Amino acid sequence: MDFRFDIIVEYAPLFLKGTLLTIGLSLVGTVIGTILGLFIGLGNMMKNKWLAFPFKVYITFFRGTPLLVQILIIHFGVVTFFVDGTNAILAGIMALSLNAAAYISEIFRAGIQSIDKGQMEAARSLGMNHVQAMRYVILPQAFKRMIPPLGNEFIVLLKDSSLISIVAAPELMYYVGLAKGQYYRVWEPYLTAAVIYLVLTVTLTYFLNRLERRLTTE
Amino acid sequence: MIKVEKLKKSFGQHEVLKDINVVIQPQEVVVVIGPSGSGKSTFLRCINQLETITDGHIFVEGKDVADKKTNINEVRTEVGMVFQHFHLFPHMTVLDNIMLAPLKVRKSSVQSSKEKGLQLLQKVGLEDKANAYPSSLSGGQKQRVAIARALAMEPKIMLFDEPTSALDPEMVGEVLEVMKQLAKEGMTMIVVTHEMGFAREVGDRVIFMDGGVIVEENEPKQLFENPQHNRTKSFLSKVL
Ligand SMILES: Nc1ncnc2c1ncn2[C@@H]1O[C@H](COP(=O)(O)OP(=O)(O)OP(=O)(O)O)[C@@H](O)[C@H]1O
Ligand SMILES: [Mg+2]
Repeated sequence: MDFRFDIIVEYAPLFLKGTLLTIGLSLVGTVIGTILGLFIGLGNMMKNKWLAFPFKVYITFFRGTPLLVQILIIHFGVVTFFVDGTNAILAGIMALSLNAAAYISEIFRAGIQSIDKGQMEAARSLGMNHVQAMRYVILPQAFKRMIPPLGNEFIVLLKDSSLISIVAAPELMYYVGLAKGQYYRVWEPYLTAAVIYLVLTVTLTYFLNRLERRLTTE
Repeated sequence: MIKVEKLKKSFGQHEVLKDINVVIQPQEVVVVIGPSGSGKSTFLRCINQLETITDGHIFVEGKDVADKKTNINEVRTEVGMVFQHFHLFPHMTVLDNIMLAPLKVRKSSVQSSKEKGLQLLQKVGLEDKANAYPSSLSGGQKQRVAIARALAMEPKIMLFDEPTSALDPEMVGEVLEVMKQLAKEGMTMIVVTHEMGFAREVGDRVIFMDGGVIVEENEPKQLFENPQHNRTKSFLSKVL
């Protein structure tokens, strides 16, 4: 089998461009997902079952349906309310953020619940209200424990963002698809894509593990 | 002053406090003793509403803590609490632990909270630990910081729930010493403890609880030397 490196070389600048967008989308998705996830997580943890219900529905929906379906609904449905026509990048960011928020809200819940009950009681016994106790006592401790799972979520998004190519957002898989379409070659574009994703995830996992070890020894 | 009237507390079907009536006078030091599970912690935790009470009333400085209109956060600033397991905030230095509530709740200035914090650390003999993190402290030191943290809010009443039970024996003394000093300065205190020596020396009154009721209360000397109830006698014979 001959392997046509020239295709990869020719497409290298586009693959690089796509990779940068892949990283960018995943990063933005993680950041927005974290902010939304905090509120959804807190909402989900409310004692009042009626108030918590919408948050539970949200989490169930986004964890219980395929990301691909969410992307299509957002791209062809939701986004059209906000812009004329469609906007693949906007749809990609929204889908990744909303999806990540559901998973991250559960990371927040686990993080918050892992903090000893006595911390909240000590804070409240000093006269702090619930919000102050959360903000100054519980969340700073929970957040430290959340860094490793948040890193994992970022890695998941890096891989899952490939699904956005379905709506032609110009991330890595989009250009890989172009290369395949132009030359009718399968191995070169797809193996290159696999290698790029692997390099990204393996590198990130390595740094994440180091960070995790540092956090646990502190 | 604390006035407890017909206090009842249940967890589900389990009635843990059954009709508690007691008045704690200003500057009084009341020691609460009793077997495990008798409801001592629950009683303390009802006073500052860490547990919502099922029935009855508790008036803290005249405010009914069970009344929905009472601002419970305000009441809690008047009532300091010290826990068996300290519950210091591990992500903050000792000084920040002490300054947090004055800064955020009392809205004191950084400077005055800091001065106050350092002064309190001196009082509990830990001024050199101001910038240390709780994890580097011994149990006795942690508990002294926890006391200083509670005092920083300038409470009128202090609640202690077995403050020395989690400590190695050699560290019990240093914590009790701080508490004795506090009592001497006229702090109103309710202390759940198994330290009968402390009860005898510092307590104005000892309350013996069993099965969710106050079985007997008296001056320490009277209660220890001349208990009136069999349950008190049998408990004391086990701990004295
Ligand atoms: N949050 C809770 N939910 C259900 N039951 C509880 C709860 N807290 C306490 N109890 C029960 O209430 C009873 C009294 O508990 P409490 O902690 O007040 O006893 P205590 O006198 O402080 O005992 P100890 O000396 O062991 O600290 C126990 O039977 C306990 O199991
Ligand atoms: Mg107890």
